[in-house]
Parts: sequence; C-alpha cells; structure tokens
Amino acid sequence: MNWDWNVIIDYYPRLLDGVWVTLELVFLSGLLGLLLAVPVALMRASHNRWLRMLPFGYIFFFRGTPLLVQIFLIYYGASQFEVVRESALWPILREPYWCAIIAFTLNTAAYTAELIRGAIQAIPKGELEAADAFGMSRMLKIRRIVLPRAFGTVLPAYGNELILMLKSSSLASTITLLDITGAARTIIARTYTPLEIFFAAGVLYLVITAVMIGCFRLLEKRLNRHQHYKMPAELVAVDPRLKD
Amino acid sequence: MDLLGFGDLLLSGAWVTVKLALTSLVFGLLFGLIGAAAKLSSFWPARALATLYTTFVRGIPELLLVLTIYFGGSVILMAIAEQFGYTDYIEISAFAAGVAALSIAFGAYSTEVLRGAIQAIPKGQWESAQALGMTPLKTFFRIILPQVWRLALPGLGNLFQVLLKDTALVSVIGLDDLMRQAYVATGSTNQPFTFYMAAALIYLGLTVLSTATTSWLERRSDPASTRAVT
Repeated sequence: MNWDWNVIIDYYPRLLDGVWVTLELVFLSGLLGLLLAVPVALMRASHNRWLRMLPFGYIFFFRGTPLLVQIFLIYYGASQFEVVRESALWPILREPYWCAIIAFTLNTAAYTAELIRGAIQAIPKGELEAADAFGMSRMLKIRRIVLPRAFGTVLPAYGNELILMLKSSSLASTITLLDITGAARTIIARTYTPLEIFFAAGVLYLVITAVMIGCFRLLEKRLNRHQHYKMPAELVAVDPRLKD
Repeated sequence: MDLLGFGDLLLSGAWVTVKLALTSLVFGLLFGLIGAAAKLSSFWPARALATLYTTFVRGIPELLLVLTIYFGGSVILMAIAEQFGYTDYIEISAFAAGVAALSIAFGAYSTEVLRGAIQAIPKGQWESAQALGMTPLKTFFRIILPQVWRLALPGLGNLFQVLLKDTALVSVIGLDDLMRQAYVATGSTNQPFTFYMAAALIYLGLTVLSTATTSWLERRSDPASTRAVT
C-alpha cells in the first residue's frame, strides 16, 4: 500500500469547498433550530398541562428515530403526495439543500428544546419570585430573566449539541450534497484513494470541532461572567466579608 | 403488518438492525473497557494512545468512519494480502465493516463513561483489596468491575440509544438493514413516505424497548436505591 500525499494536495481545494457547505448547513440549521427550540422549550416548561403535552410527540419522534430516516422522509417522502408537489413549497422541498436544512433544523431543535427546558427548570425559584415582586409581566420575565439565565446554563450542553450537529451534517452527502463527506466521496470515486482522502476529511472535521470548542469556551466565559466576578480589591479592603 | 406485501421485508431488515446493534455493543464495550483501563494506566504511552483514540474518533462523523472502514479496509487488507502473494480483489462484508465502525465509535464514547465510573469508586477499595493480597488485575475484575456496571449503566444506556440510531448509517454501504429494506420497498412501489415512516416507527419501537430495558437493568442493579419505589 502506498500512501499518496499528492492526491490530498491536488484535491485539497475541492475538500475546502465542502467545508463551506458543511459550515453553512451546521450554522443555518443550528440558528433555525435554536429559534424553534426556544418556544418549544417554553411550552415544555409551562404550567399548563395541555401546552406541555403538545410538543411531546414531536420531540419523542425526532429524538427516537435516526436522522437518516428523517432526511429521507423529507427528501424522498414528501414527493409521494400530489398536494405537496403542486404546492408553493415544492421548489424548496425539491432541493436537497433545503431538505437537509429542514431535517437538521427539526432534529436539532428537538434535542435543544429538551436542553433548554432543563436549564429553565434549573433556574432558582427565588429569581422568578423576585421578578414577580418587581411587577414584571410574564413576557418581560421570560425576556429579561428566564431566557438569559437559561442560555448561560445551557451553553456547554448546546456546544456539545452543535458538535454532534457538525458530525450529523455528513449525512447530507447521502442526498447528493457536496459537503466535506460528499466531496470526499466524489473525489474517491475518481481517484480510488479512500484512505488518504477520508483521512484528510477527518482532519478537517477535527479542526472544525476544535475551533468550535474554543469559541464556546470564550462565549461561556462571557455569558457566565457573573460566576467569575471578583470584587475589586479596594472594596474587599474596606469589608473582607465582600470577598465572596 | 402487511404494507403492500413488504412488511416481512421490513421486519427482516429490523432483525439485521438489531443483530448489528447488539454485536457492536459487545465489541464496543470491550473497546471501552480497554480504553478506560489504558486511560487510567500509569504507563504513559497507553494513556497517550487512548487519548488519541477517543479524541480522533469522537471528532469525526460516524458516517465517515463507516465509509473509511468499508472502502479503506479493503485497501489495507489487499495490501497485506499482497505481501503473501495474494493479488485478487478483497471485499469486506458490509456487516463486518458496520460492526467495526460502530463498535469503534461506541468504544470511544464508552471509554469516557467507564473511566468516570471506575474513578468514582473510592480508592480505599483498591487499598483494602491490596491488603487482602489481591493483584491489581484480580482487584479490577472482582471488586471494581462489578460496581462499575451499576455506575456506568445510565451513561451506557444513552450510548446504546445513539448506537441503535447510528446503525441506519450502515445502509449507505449496502447492508440489508431496516433502512435499506425501506429503500428497496420504495423503489418498487413508489411510496417513499409510507415506507420511511414505517421504518421510522419501527426504529421508534426499538429505541423505546432499549430505554425500557436500560431502566429495568438500572433498577435491578441497584435494589437498595429508593428510586425503585417512586
């Protein structure tokens, strides 16, 4: 077996094109998923029993089935119905790109909603009571207290979810998209050097993962800066009890 | 279940999926145990190797792993066979490649779960076993491992759930699992939604079954826990 570095160098630009597609898929569906997850999580954390049960089926289905099935259901499945094929949505549902985005969005939103629900329920009751004491309306309370607090708590777990999302995005290659994995597969079909090209693709994924972990560390430091707050030395000098 | 005469085909695919998941679980647990032992070893090259393994495998997509092992594996095997004068084409079976890929992935994640569980056992137990004259290996198998099981079970249950869903990826390299059979049925009936939805519901049933089994095992492994009452 000869390991051929040249093939990696020759086809490197093609793999880099794949990186952009992968990043687009991850960030677009990550963003849309987050937007969808917030209302779903608020419903799941609601006191109203019916409101709480409503998104249960959705979350149960998307967390309990493989992502590949979900992608195929949307990409191939939608075309089974005449109604869909004649609707205004068809130009979108025909495109593998948008099908992948829809599938990833629905999938990640289901997982993220459960993470956010956990974070909302972990908010100390006293903080919500304090907000009530200030006379905040329900929406104001959600906007100013519940969500900012929940985002701080959920951030490390959400970082993991986004990394899982990055890895899942490779499934887009099964519906002809040329993300990193898709690009690698087309290159290999031409050169038949699976080990070299898959190795290069794997390294690209590792690099993206490492960058994402770094970004989330920074974001976490910023959003949870109250946890790292140090009282200024002058104040501590006045009253040592302020130290904690 | 009839489904236009394709119900049996889907069920046979589901059986392949179950076999694939369980076989990968066995090998994956083995990799996880070896990985955890290596990570906790006092021999630094073992630690470095285990860290390399978990970092690399957890950082790349499972699909890429499946494809690499299926297509790259035959390249490697042929290169080895060539050394012995065998020059024909060698193809790895999709099932073997799937088991290899899924158990390597499961092993990398379970390494961390098992390492955490082993570390959660008080050091005093190692010391008292040593005082009784047990060798470290004997202590590990007789004292530590039986307790690790209980601590690691919730984490391993989650990982098995992930493994079960990842088996669908092996259909990409042509294994006749549930996903692939749904695809076959779609091809001859032109009803993709029906069959992918049927496949999805079977997967859902399998994950529910595995969750129930995990929580049953959890209750059984920890009879003293008050959680059993609630």
